[in-house]
Amino acid sequence: MKIMNCPLNGPRNISEFVYGGQVKAMPDVNSVSDEAWANYVFYEQNDIGIVLEWWLHSPSSYWFIAERHNASDEIIRTYPADELFKERIDFTASEADA
Amino acid sequence: MPFGLLKYGLSDNYPFEIEADLPAPCELKPRYDVVIIGGGGHGVATAYYLAKYHGITNVAVLEKGYLGGGNTARNTAVIRSNYLTPEGVKFYSASVKLYEDLSNEFDFNIMYSQRGQLTLAHTDATVRAFRQRAEVNKHFGGRTELIDPCDIAELVPTLNLNPANLPVLAGLWHKDGATARHDAVAWGYAKGATQRGAELHQLTEVTDVVVSKGRVTGVKTTRGNVEAGVVIQAVAGHSAPMARKAGFELPLVAYPLQAMVTLPVKPFLNPLVSSSALHCYVQQTSRGEIVIGGGSDPYPLYNSRASLPLKESLISSAVEMFPFLSEMRLLRQWAGITDMTTDYSPIMGLSPIKNYYIDAGWGTWGFKATPICGKTMAELVASGGKVPELIQPFELARFDRFKQVNEMGATAASH
Repeated sequence: MKIMNCPLNGPRNISEFVYGGQVKAMPDVNSVSDEAWANYVFYEQNDIGIVLEWWLHSPSSYWFIAERHNASDEIIRTYPADELFKERIDFTASEADA
Repeated sequence: MPFGLLKYGLSDNYPFEIEADLPAPCELKPRYDVVIIGGGGHGVATAYYLAKYHGITNVAVLEKGYLGGGNTARNTAVIRSNYLTPEGVKFYSASVKLYEDLSNEFDFNIMYSQRGQLTLAHTDATVRAFRQRAEVNKHFGGRTELIDPCDIAELVPTLNLNPANLPVLAGLWHKDGATARHDAVAWGYAKGATQRGAELHQLTEVTDVVVSKGRVTGVKTTRGNVEAGVVIQAVAGHSAPMARKAGFELPLVAYPLQAMVTLPVKPFLNPLVSSSALHCYVQQTSRGEIVIGGGSDPYPLYNSRASLPLKESLISSAVEMFPFLSEMRLLRQWAGITDMTTDYSPIMGLSPIKNYYIDAGWGTWGFKATPICGKTMAELVASGGKVPELIQPFELARFDRFKQVNEMGATAASH
């Protein structure tokens, strides 16, 4: 049984967790070009090494961040998302969308 | 005849030279017109068609392990064309047509066996999706139809029609569905390619791709450097790291795909059977083993390790479909690394580097495309970079233009 350490619930079976994709910096939706947006949506770090990922502890609906090696499957560190995201992001519709 | 045998054993003609399927290993030449990275089915098929149809034989296939030892040997050898999109159906149908005649063409038995493939629908939504797939298939000349549970029971009497309390409502019956010996496909192509003059270099890992002024000039390998007129990469699970060596990114995510096989038993299961809701497919090989496969792992990994939760879920689904399988013993299990695209279609053709062509994004659907992939990639090379119509929809640039080919018929877990 593979164990993941949930920052909220402690060590739990990996089957309780859901992978949520890599942590990527989102470009500004109001000024981004189509190509840069495609790059943000479809491309991620896919060489072999340590990746930064979103994970969900499904029973408690708790999202957090994990550093994991994508070949050895070693989970190096897990921590709450507020360690990386200090400020709240407010989404406002652009004039074109409104 | 003991005396006959003794006489034969003592004669000068014994032991006689058996004609080898592949020529003995040789030194790398300093330059090749075409270098193909990856000696799997796709790579050697490309070399074969380059030699056969285009007379291009100054070709080296560079393989870091051994011939067909990667995903060519790790897939579950399903050949079918019952896809959803017109682009996909046209492409995979052309592949099925080539497969049908491949043993004759090679004069080498690939054990192609057209037994039909049956996918089970357990919800109304899946039945609707299957009806669409059947119609698209028929339109492009495939043999696919929707059948009811009575027909299914007749076709596969041993199947449980209420697996995991998910009653079977209908089935997508694809008569063109087939299986073949996957190793033999790689061997047949390699034999044909090397007999025509192409070189296969095993245990030759490409460590770097040399690019200058937007053109690839050669590759660095563990056995020395080689210049190349054109380079093709066909490396399946490691496509993204390889493209990175050439200096560009591919929109791929690598997931392990696990499968397993039981000890052999008498033939009882003719068609290949998969369930859309249980994410599982079951088939019996010509040797009598039961192959059990299913969906990819739940998160990305460049590792072909086994994991207990996935094995448990695969086995429980297989046992739900064929309850007596619980009595069987597993012979072995394995995994391959699949390079998944977000639209479940491959990435074929041109790359940002002028004379560097890509054959990637084969996720869980690469084996069935081997012949047509080799044929179209060879056409691409021979024409000097003119992309054949059949593979134009699968270009890398589609991601930048939001022109994906949404192929939801690509996996056993079809929607």
